[in-house]
Amino acid sequence: MSGATFLQNLFNGLMFGGLYALLAVGYTMVYGILRLINFAHGDIMMMGVYFAFYASLAGAPLWLSVLIGIFGAAFLGFLIDRVAYKPLRNAPRISALITAIGMSFFLESIAVVVFGAVPKSFTAVFNENNKWLLDKTWNIGGARIPVLTFIVFLITALIFMLLFWIVYRTKIGMAMRAISSDIPTTSLMGINVDMVIGFTFALGSAMAAAGGIMWAMRYPNVFPYMGFMPGLKAFIAAVLGGIGSIPGAVVGGFLLGLLEIFLVALMPSAAGYRDAFAFIILIVILLIKPDGLLGKKSVVKV
Amino acid sequence: MQKQNDIVLEIKNLNIFYGAIHAVKGISIKVPKGKIVTLIGANGAGKTSTLSAIAGMVKPKEGEIIYKNNNIAGKSPHEINRMGIALVPEGRRIFPNLTVYENLMMGAFNRKDKEEIERDLNWVYNLFPRLKERLKQLGGTLSGGEQQMLAISRALMSRPDVIMMDEPSLGLAPVLVSEVFDIIKVINENGGTILLVEQNAAQALKISHYGYVLETGNIILENNSDLLLKDENVQKAYLGMA
Repeated sequence: MSGATFLQNLFNGLMFGGLYALLAVGYTMVYGILRLINFAHGDIMMMGVYFAFYASLAGAPLWLSVLIGIFGAAFLGFLIDRVAYKPLRNAPRISALITAIGMSFFLESIAVVVFGAVPKSFTAVFNENNKWLLDKTWNIGGARIPVLTFIVFLITALIFMLLFWIVYRTKIGMAMRAISSDIPTTSLMGINVDMVIGFTFALGSAMAAAGGIMWAMRYPNVFPYMGFMPGLKAFIAAVLGGIGSIPGAVVGGFLLGLLEIFLVALMPSAAGYRDAFAFIILIVILLIKPDGLLGKKSVVKV
Repeated sequence: MQKQNDIVLEIKNLNIFYGAIHAVKGISIKVPKGKIVTLIGANGAGKTSTLSAIAGMVKPKEGEIIYKNNNIAGKSPHEINRMGIALVPEGRRIFPNLTVYENLMMGAFNRKDKEEIERDLNWVYNLFPRLKERLKQLGGTLSGGEQQMLAISRALMSRPDVIMMDEPSLGLAPVLVSEVFDIIKVINENGGTILLVEQNAAQALKISHYGYVLETGNIILENNSDLLLKDENVQKAYLGMA
């Protein structure tokens, strides 16, 4: 591999990995608090992309469309928790899991009915003023890297800094961490636990939408099932990093993105097996280190 | 005897069921302002259930919990805490993944009065100098005794009108047991109203003003603590005297 190709792949991998990481964090935060795999997470991302897409069609400028997509997804995430998961807080975990799978199908079907099954091109959000985002490239070490790749990476990094600030430096973040270890005792501290859980869903959904919208800018194909595969990949990334661990999800996301891109780069004939490769990683990690790279040893409570 | 207008917390005819099990069978308790009231009794007598109902963790089937002239029975735990009732739960329930300082601030979560929070922090450091040395340590790394002190401090940080403590001496070394009871006394001398649940009946009665004896969900005896200490039945059943 030449230096230029290596750089090309590195940047691609970092961008992809960042997007996986943005989604993976939502999985891991919800799991950390409720021990629930929110299988509708990828579909919430999809909805966020559609919100941004239609806001743009309605005439909103790009920045506003992006914000509408992000806040729309945040509200949707909050709502889904209220309607679907909150009534099941004290039910067996399997009930909530089945509900999550049902919610995933529900969102996909709603999208087919409301937005139509025909894929739409996200390039519609670009106009004369911001088309340069798509066209402009930078030459780095002989590799031509789209400026958008850098912007995506930069925004991803900023979002993670904001996330870590919220989780480790604010009161609501402290409450989130407290809930992840002990929900009843947190409520004894005068904290409305349902509000904090709702906030966690909103935060994770907002990050997923941000990732989805950036994804759609790079691969401008918007369709009702677009959240399915990224959702699964992000789930793998979260398990790889150690589910429940936020730094783990970030590390797992970047690692999975880089591994996928470099697999294809080193073995172009295996390009078609890229998705299968991600699942092989999942199986291997479950076999040899089920707690993930940064996960805590899970102790079964008796 | 207890004067009616001094009562901060009054429980009337409390009934608690777990499924078909009738755990608390119509008990009534009065907690006067500035006093220590203790509930003693064996395992399964309904002590923890009673505290859980007051804190909002368990919904009573019947009965009233009157706090400052409001019936708070059936309210959620966070509402009850915000009204001024704090619980030091059984088994301490420290947040192991939060630092000692963060655990303390969890207690003060709904307070906005920064200077007063600072004052209460200093008071707590004064009560438990060992906590001050460990502020940056994770709660889970503390010893059992330190965790109990942190749990009490965390409850104090909400500046509650009533503190309920569920078995604060359980599982501690004898030296620490006396220390915990001394601290409870100090908190009371600083104006704290305390509802204490204990299996260590002798120590609990020694520091408290009034006591109730629970047996299988019923109050079988109540009196001033010094009189309960001298009661023949109490001595036999709970103080290990023949």
